[in-house]
Amino acid sequence: MSLSELYQEVMMDHYAHPRNCGTLENPDASWELHNPTCGDLIKVEVALEPGDKQSERVVKDIRFSGQGCSISQASASMMTQLVKGKRLSEAREVLERFLSMMKGEDGDFESLGDAQALQGVTRYPVRVKCATLAWHAFEKCTGRLAEGDE
Amino acid sequence: MNPLVAGLNRVGARQLDTERIKKDFPILNTKIRGKSLVYLDNAATTQKPIQVVNALSSYYLESNANVHRAIHDLGARATELYEGARERVAGFIGASKPSEIVFTRNATEAVNLVAYAWGRRNVGPGDEIITTPMEHHSNLVPWQQLAGATGARLRFIDLTPDGRLDMESFYRLLNERTRLVAVSQGSNVLGTINPVAEICRAAREAEAVVLVDGAQSVPHMPVNVASLGCDFLAISGHKMLGPTGIGVLYGRADLLEAMDPFLFGGDMISYVHLETAGWNEIPYKFEAGTPNIAGAIGLAAAIDYLEGLGMEQIESHERQLVKLAMHRLGELGYVEMHGPAGDRAGLISFNIKGIHPHDVATVLNEEGVAIRAGHHCAQPLMEWLNVPATNRASFYIYNDEEDVDRMVQAITRVKEFFRHVIV
Repeated sequence: MSLSELYQEVMMDHYAHPRNCGTLENPDASWELHNPTCGDLIKVEVALEPGDKQSERVVKDIRFSGQGCSISQASASMMTQLVKGKRLSEAREVLERFLSMMKGEDGDFESLGDAQALQGVTRYPVRVKCATLAWHAFEKCTGRLAEGDE
Repeated sequence: MNPLVAGLNRVGARQLDTERIKKDFPILNTKIRGKSLVYLDNAATTQKPIQVVNALSSYYLESNANVHRAIHDLGARATELYEGARERVAGFIGASKPSEIVFTRNATEAVNLVAYAWGRRNVGPGDEIITTPMEHHSNLVPWQQLAGATGARLRFIDLTPDGRLDMESFYRLLNERTRLVAVSQGSNVLGTINPVAEICRAAREAEAVVLVDGAQSVPHMPVNVASLGCDFLAISGHKMLGPTGIGVLYGRADLLEAMDPFLFGGDMISYVHLETAGWNEIPYKFEAGTPNIAGAIGLAAAIDYLEGLGMEQIESHERQLVKLAMHRLGELGYVEMHGPAGDRAGLISFNIKGIHPHDVATVLNEEGVAIRAGHHCAQPLMEWLNVPATNRASFYIYNDEEDVDRMVQAITRVKEFFRHVIV
């Protein structure tokens, strides 16, 4: 495992040119997470298309903001790209697949697109938290939204 | 030899023989990602010399028994070693008697002991506690809690733009309501050495008590509680070659006498009835339960090792290294260093514009160089510096110029690696 495998080009591209970076005016859900080991902070905001059942509503827009290292910022960018346009139930599947990959589990992660580039992070255990920060913030958002279905 | 260091040597004290010292630290031969280890995270914890590890193992293999209670010889031997360690610590920091030395788990517990056992009894509504924005969380959060529980108010000494205490601000804050001043002697982020003796003098006139956090100073320079004039001093064992799990609270005997215990149980009592109990003498009334006997013995061995080198020599060695490192990092032109430029402790915090400290530390690790990246348990100071985190290189007795070179080289690699994303 070399540094260039960790810091793959696609990841550096997301870091240098983050997608969906910013804030939303009227999000349906938002969540802020700190990484206590480094003081990093990521906020994820989600806006949904109208719909009756929460889990079937489509992620109309999603933004992230805050500060962090290349891995956490790139990962946030990839996450927003992946879940935008998906129904919440599908977005949750993506989330679970990503977290499974970051745990080092076997599986087919092709559907994760650019985010597959983060698989190398599992070889640097202390950085896994950086890679999963935005995903956990999104998980909190979906949890908050799912309360509407109960 | 680097001319900068050669110039310093002429005025410096006897040099540390780092080549010989390194031999006492087998861990320094470890390979990290195929490269030899350069350990520059000493402010977090230091490595342990063979002498300390041997003291631990010979205690367990030859003298292990519980202290203060056994009739048998082995118990007497363990007690003698444990109490000998207390005497060793007392001598090391110039305490007037061993009973002023309380063994704790770490410096954090030492501060908490004072916050509970002294604070709850001596601080009340409207009283003031003076501290600083450069404290480690362990010398801040206990005071926040004490203030919250008693209705006291926390006051903070301003910092100068280069990260020193603004002493005029301290004198403005100090008044008849001040009950306590809690201040670190050395900053774990800025490397600032604070004028603790001056603070103690002024506080004494104002009849305030001073707790000095010595976690970053006692391992690195001569510290004498009598000449400082402090009332309490918190010490961390593992930051000065000792084992983890052992710390020290020095407390002035009359203050310790007047304090209630902090933890209750075995060994801290003089008698127990079903409904009541009386307390043992100091320092035992603050050491409930079986203490970290091996840890105290290991700490005494660490002190032997440090004194064998000389605390003044250690201080001068680190200052030379930090001066060289600051000079070399300054030459790079893209490294922003925090803290005072002049006299300072043997650590440097820095940021590289556009590159997060985690990324810097990951690349350095790939080169075998271990530094710290994060907020260093000093989040309010990160806010003051206006950065989310910093990199920190901290030096100790086994570090040398080559270690500085390896770090600087690794930093140039960071810059190269991230050249496309730096704005």
